[in-house]
Amino acid sequence: MKVSGKAVVFGDNVNTDVIIPSKYLTLLDPVQIAQHAMEGLDPSFPEKAKNGVIIVAGRNFGCGSSREQAPIALKYAGVRCVLAESFARIFYRNAINIGLPVLESPHIRSEVDEGDVLTVTLEEGKVENETKGCVIAALKLPRFILEILEDGGLIEHLKKKGVKAP
Amino acid sequence: MNIAEKILAAASGREEVKPGEIVEAKVDMAMANEITGPLAIQAFKKIGAPRVWDRRRIVLVLDHQVPADSVRSAELHKIMRTFAKEQRIPLLYDIGYGGVCHQVMVEKGHVKPGKLIVGADSHTCTYGALGAFGTGIGSTEMAGVFATGEIWLRVPSTIRIDLSGSFLTCVAPKDVILYVIGKIGADGATYKAIEFTGTAIHKISVSGRMTLCNMTVEMGAKTGIISPDEVSLAYVESRTDESFMLIGSDSDAVYEKTLAVDIEKIEPQVACPHAVDNVKPVKEVEGVEINQAFIGSCTNGRLEDLKIAAKFLKGKKIAKGVRLIVTPASQEIYLQALQHGLLEVFVKSGAYVCNPTCGACFGGHMGLLASGEVCISSSNRNFVGRMGSPEAEIYLASPATVAASALAGKIVDPRRFSED
Ligand code: SF4
Repeated sequence: MKVSGKAVVFGDNVNTDVIIPSKYLTLLDPVQIAQHAMEGLDPSFPEKAKNGVIIVAGRNFGCGSSREQAPIALKYAGVRCVLAESFARIFYRNAINIGLPVLESPHIRSEVDEGDVLTVTLEEGKVENETKGCVIAALKLPRFILEILEDGGLIEHLKKKGVKAP
Repeated sequence: MNIAEKILAAASGREEVKPGEIVEAKVDMAMANEITGPLAIQAFKKIGAPRVWDRRRIVLVLDHQVPADSVRSAELHKIMRTFAKEQRIPLLYDIGYGGVCHQVMVEKGHVKPGKLIVGADSHTCTYGALGAFGTGIGSTEMAGVFATGEIWLRVPSTIRIDLSGSFLTCVAPKDVILYVIGKIGADGATYKAIEFTGTAIHKISVSGRMTLCNMTVEMGAKTGIISPDEVSLAYVESRTDESFMLIGSDSDAVYEKTLAVDIEKIEPQVACPHAVDNVKPVKEVEGVEINQAFIGSCTNGRLEDLKIAAKFLKGKKIAKGVRLIVTPASQEIYLQALQHGLLEVFVKSGAYVCNPTCGACFGGHMGLLASGEVCISSSNRNFVGRMGSPEAEIYLASPATVAASALAGKIVDPRRFSED
């Protein structure tokens, strides 16, 4: 799987309350949720993201609550992939489960500036910075996580596997 | 093995597990509230499984926006109720019967030692207070659990926090956990488990242990856990007749590292804006003027917390210009507070007592802050915008520090009030 887009850069500890503030958690429609993506940090984000972007961030991206509305907001706002130095674990799982690719890349921030065009090859854990002409390593995803992403998320994946009620 | 490893081994039918291994584990209990539940229910329907895996192992709680503040919230509540009915799930805690989800799980006997419990809420790690492996998951993953009763988990490595000594006056488990978060950092335990051990642990009540385990997620931890002892077993036995396996850490269990903490050296602490690990002794930030104070949440909304706050507030008035919101964490605690005369103390002091709800804690439907306002809160997160305006500031502290600060109108060390 390959994804590409322009980089939007954030810092450390971007938490789920800024990704989607609590007051929007009563929304159920992903498109409406996405209108408030990153509102706590940058209200212009949905406008920026609408043609497809890749988020580049520092440590502990997605810390805080278990709200799945956070990766949903990003995905439906146009985020194609999140590259961060590290992720909070619930956000990480949620992103995979809803089919938003997330890759850990320890040095990503020193190699990417806002607006750089990136292409990510998920199977290989490879990030190409086309603007700067360099390649940045990311940690490879285990096979079963790639399968969930390839199927488009956990629901599609379980359907494909044919879940039987035990 | 340590307790976290043993529980995951038991849940995945293995003799032994090691940190880093991925296991397919069977879940003992699954919990969702009305913020995460409706998405899980939507996703469950998409999977197409006709029935949940075990209708008696699912707990549904209405707590975040109760009673419904808007039609949108009311619709979410309805989705939860309808699902419970369709699937014949008996453990639906509607308003009037429950309270904040984690408090409900513990006090209604759904948390037992040695169990693997997943909750669609990050503070599910609270259940380690009773020796269960509790961990937070998202809604889609919960849909998978609803359908299959199973989940994949990576076995975490464990950081041990070894507690010794006794508490100084006006120091509580909240101060200990804030101190520990300050040392380990907001991402210092990501993907890991935190186990509390040591001689001091046996002196801490179940309520205090819940405070400790509750905030382990603020360091990124997958779970916070304490091996069962007489204190936790007595509590569990008073709450349930069901059987459970007694699992504790072996004496030769392996830890990634150990942080030794002498409680006697800990003074009242406060986490300053806008990070939970921005922790300082209260005395260093004394004098910061406040607009709102909040006592409640799954961190510090229990009877013990309300009793401490009432001790400070008894016969006094909170400072002019400050509003104090008190939210008992559950209907049961509400009743106990009433019976102990605490609610009268709060009301007479000028505090505003609300129904059990998450409410002010997460800036949902009530108790929100305006721009430029400052709040001191007994809850667990002080992120930008957590309790309302992104231009408000939140300080986290113990119920004693919050109550003392409400009286003073500014942040104060509670020891200033302790003599009178
Ligand atoms: S009280 Fe606060 S932290 Fe606890 S479950 Fe409710 S919103 Fe979350």
